Amino acid sequence: MLMKPEQEKQIRQTVADPKIQLALYSATARLKEKREEVVAPEALPEYQELRTQANRIKKHTLENLDVYLEEFEANVEAHGGKVVYARNGQEVTDFILGLARERGVKMLVKSKSMTTEEIHLNERLEHHHLEAVETDLGEYIIQLAHDRPYHIVAPAVHMTRQDVADVFEKNLTDPRTEEPGKQAMIARRNLREKFLEAGIGISGANFLVADSGAVCIVENEGNARLTTTAPPIHIAVAGIEKMIPRARDLAVFLKLLARSGTGQLLTVYTSFLSGPRRGGEADGPAEFYVVLMDNGRTRLLADAEKRQSLYCIRCGACLNACPVYRKIGGHNYPGAYSGPIGAIITPQYQGIAKDPWLPFASSLCGACAEVCPVKIDIPKILLDLRKEVMEDRAARGDGFLERKAFQMYGWLTRRPKLYALAGRIGARMARAPGAASMGPAAKWASVREVPLPARKSFRDQWREREKSK
Amino acid sequence: MPARVSIFVTCVVDQLFPRVGMAMAEVLERAGYEVEFREDQTCCGQPAFNTGYREDARKAAGHFIRVFRDAEFIVVPSGSCASMVSHHFLDLFPKDSSHYEEAEYLAPRVIEFSRFLTDVAKVEDVGARFEGIVTYHDSCHALRELRIKEGPRRLLRKVRGLELREMSAAEECCGFGGTFSVKFPEVSGAMARTKLESILATGASTVVSIDSSCLMQLQGVFTRAGAPLKTMHLAEVLASR
Amino acid sequence: MAGTGEIEVTPREEILDRVRKALGRKAGQGRDRVPEPRIRIPEIPPERRVALFAERLEALGGKVYRAAALAQVRDITAGILEGSAAVCSMDPLLEKAGIPGLPGVVSGFGDEPSLRAACAAAPFGITGADYGLAETGSIVTRSVSEARLISLLPPAHIAVLPVSRMLTGLDEFYSELPMPADAASSTVFITGPSRSADIEMILVRGVHGPRVIHVIVVDEEHATNR
Repeated sequence: MLMKPEQEKQIRQTVADPKIQLALYSATARLKEKREEVVAPEALPEYQELRTQANRIKKHTLENLDVYLEEFEANVEAHGGKVVYARNGQEVTDFILGLARERGVKMLVKSKSMTTEEIHLNERLEHHHLEAVETDLGEYIIQLAHDRPYHIVAPAVHMTRQDVADVFEKNLTDPRTEEPGKQAMIARRNLREKFLEAGIGISGANFLVADSGAVCIVENEGNARLTTTAPPIHIAVAGIEKMIPRARDLAVFLKLLARSGTGQLLTVYTSFLSGPRRGGEADGPAEFYVVLMDNGRTRLLADAEKRQSLYCIRCGACLNACPVYRKIGGHNYPGAYSGPIGAIITPQYQGIAKDPWLPFASSLCGACAEVCPVKIDIPKILLDLRKEVMEDRAARGDGFLERKAFQMYGWLTRRPKLYALAGRIGARMARAPGAASMGPAAKWASVREVPLPARKSFRDQWREREKSK
Repeated sequence: MPARVSIFVTCVVDQLFPRVGMAMAEVLERAGYEVEFREDQTCCGQPAFNTGYREDARKAAGHFIRVFRDAEFIVVPSGSCASMVSHHFLDLFPKDSSHYEEAEYLAPRVIEFSRFLTDVAKVEDVGARFEGIVTYHDSCHALRELRIKEGPRRLLRKVRGLELREMSAAEECCGFGGTFSVKFPEVSGAMARTKLESILATGASTVVSIDSSCLMQLQGVFTRAGAPLKTMHLAEVLASR
Repeated sequence: MAGTGEIEVTPREEILDRVRKALGRKAGQGRDRVPEPRIRIPEIPPERRVALFAERLEALGGKVYRAAALAQVRDITAGILEGSAAVCSMDPLLEKAGIPGLPGVVSGFGDEPSLRAACAAAPFGITGADYGLAETGSIVTRSVSEARLISLLPPAHIAVLPVSRMLTGLDEFYSELPMPADAASSTVFITGPSRSADIEMILVRGVHGPRVIHVIVVDEEHATNR
């Protein structure tokens, strides 16, 4: 069994929940349509060329990553910032805690970051009594609800306005409202105080720009700008794979990122930040740190084929395109990343043995690869991971029956007469009463009718036809 | 002497929908080709390949190459199986092996049925007649790996009596996905039901595709849902008169 | 950075080492040739740029005004403010336009806390804009000439953009300014008012940043002397 029964049950529940299904399908359909409009040939004739370029630049950067890490580091330091390397989430946490302790910081604000989600930074910090407040509206709701993000770019997409009203009522003192506009203003008011009080602002980074020693952050609300501007210390936490060589490469990536993610030409705010406030500047943080995190990425880097998984710019387009994500939603994927990209990244970060079902949760329809702005061949990686899972299972002695069945199949494919005979026997068995209640047929029959094999196979019919000629 | 084509009849067609294979042969003959069926053929290996069993897939692929190595054209009533041979055989063998070379040589010769008609035989009107409203389902591997989109539609538009109506979710997966359909039955079924809604909205009575496995999935869900819809392989429609 | 010294050094070396091992590279090895990004500046005449800019920004809910001279900027600003208080940046262009002299407009803060307090209280923030990007309806503000908070904390933002600074788009920006970090610690593209669709995909403006953005595009020739 690839999947634990409770996971299977959870997926069944999601698929059967009409409220979730409606929210999920309509939200992803919206994002999907908006993307299609802005990448259409009439709207962006150079779209395919940009994808190819983005892919090449990412490929080049990762193949020369050591050079770019050092260049990035030198440039951050030249601007008065500091680069901190972290092998894993623990080291990221230790650095932040250490700095907070030294500076006497009790509370920090955060803008949306999948990387910190990946290492459960909030829980780790709270464990040490350092309050970390999420400031993206969706993430704020999720944090108050003690929930997990559902979608890379739309974290609270599974919640209705009533759910949000419930969460706010329970956690805040403001009068209850079910109007999204008013709910957003409640968040604005409550978070505004936090921004102005916080001792540290933690952001992610959409891009690390080597030639500038800068982080580039895209967002729509302004919370990332506030997080990186108002507190006296800004810490950007990013995976090492977020690197690009030059600021001008953004001419390619920025055109793709917002279009692919939300169907915007650019997000409302694109911040390009290099170092702390300089002499003569009126505001901005006095201290600037970039934490470069590994957490499994160098392991992935070693595989020349699967390395492309690290090209991802977290636009979320593959989620919206994926018919499986659109049914099972974000919470059925383990780890921070859901959808097709999660199905290839999570097994590689955590090892394939932990959730071996992940690469199999795909019909291999290829819709993800078609929309990926950096052209990651997701189906190919899924297939490679499936192979690795099966090899791993064979080594452990798991999945015996299926493996034997496929060995038998492989053996038969080279023996045409026996293959035909097996087909004939199989067809007769499948036509027998009760056949549909056994094995894979029962799984098939659980949601649809089982087709009956023909009385005479094609090869038998063909032979008769040739004889009668 | 008419040109000769070899046909590869997929496992699903051989056992479940032999009429599709017969229809394909008939249409090809009508287009002026002599059709041969090599009885030694078995499977393309896709079930094993997609489930992660490369070694077993390699056996099937190796056999396929042996059977068809000297055929000029191998016509396949499935985008998925055709793509397995023309795209993924290359993933199965090391680059310097003789099998890799042979797979490379074979790849352009293995052609999905509708593409063979439109691109090789260069026919669009095969003289078919079919009364009814039809909608076309883009099967994923045909659409995204083989880039087959307009060809089948052009063929359908030339069928007398047939009205082609586009569904909004034409390019969305039917949910079959090989072993995915039994590893994740609920998800697979839900995907097909989404497709069903889009099909019903067109008012069509028949769903046509170039992959029998998608049609098997869809028909199973239609019947279970009591939807008055029929599925037909393109070859069957083109063989109708 | 006392106290974190030890974990600072070791992880660095180990990660760089892992990266090199994974890639089969040696320390000090040079890099391959970098692929050039596609940068193609479209030919859009200045007037068309302004029209495109306005079209794009207005589609996002922003407002665009056209001023033939600096004196007009002052009038338009006064018309928008309608007597409301505002924080005005130190941009010389705004000074020249006489905006700090408008009633209720404050400018010139000696220290950050007073700047911050003023921005947190004011209903309007007034800034210059270093560039406009016509294709996306964006303005570019840099910390070298602008306080970051003025375009961020007040619920409404007014920006004054000289027409000579209107670029076609991202490509022209990056060929004009390939190294934005050389001049300023912060370069921000602002494309419309702050927005979110995090609750039921319903569009809400002004979640954290300004709900409203007004851009006054001014013709004045010497307005470009910055």
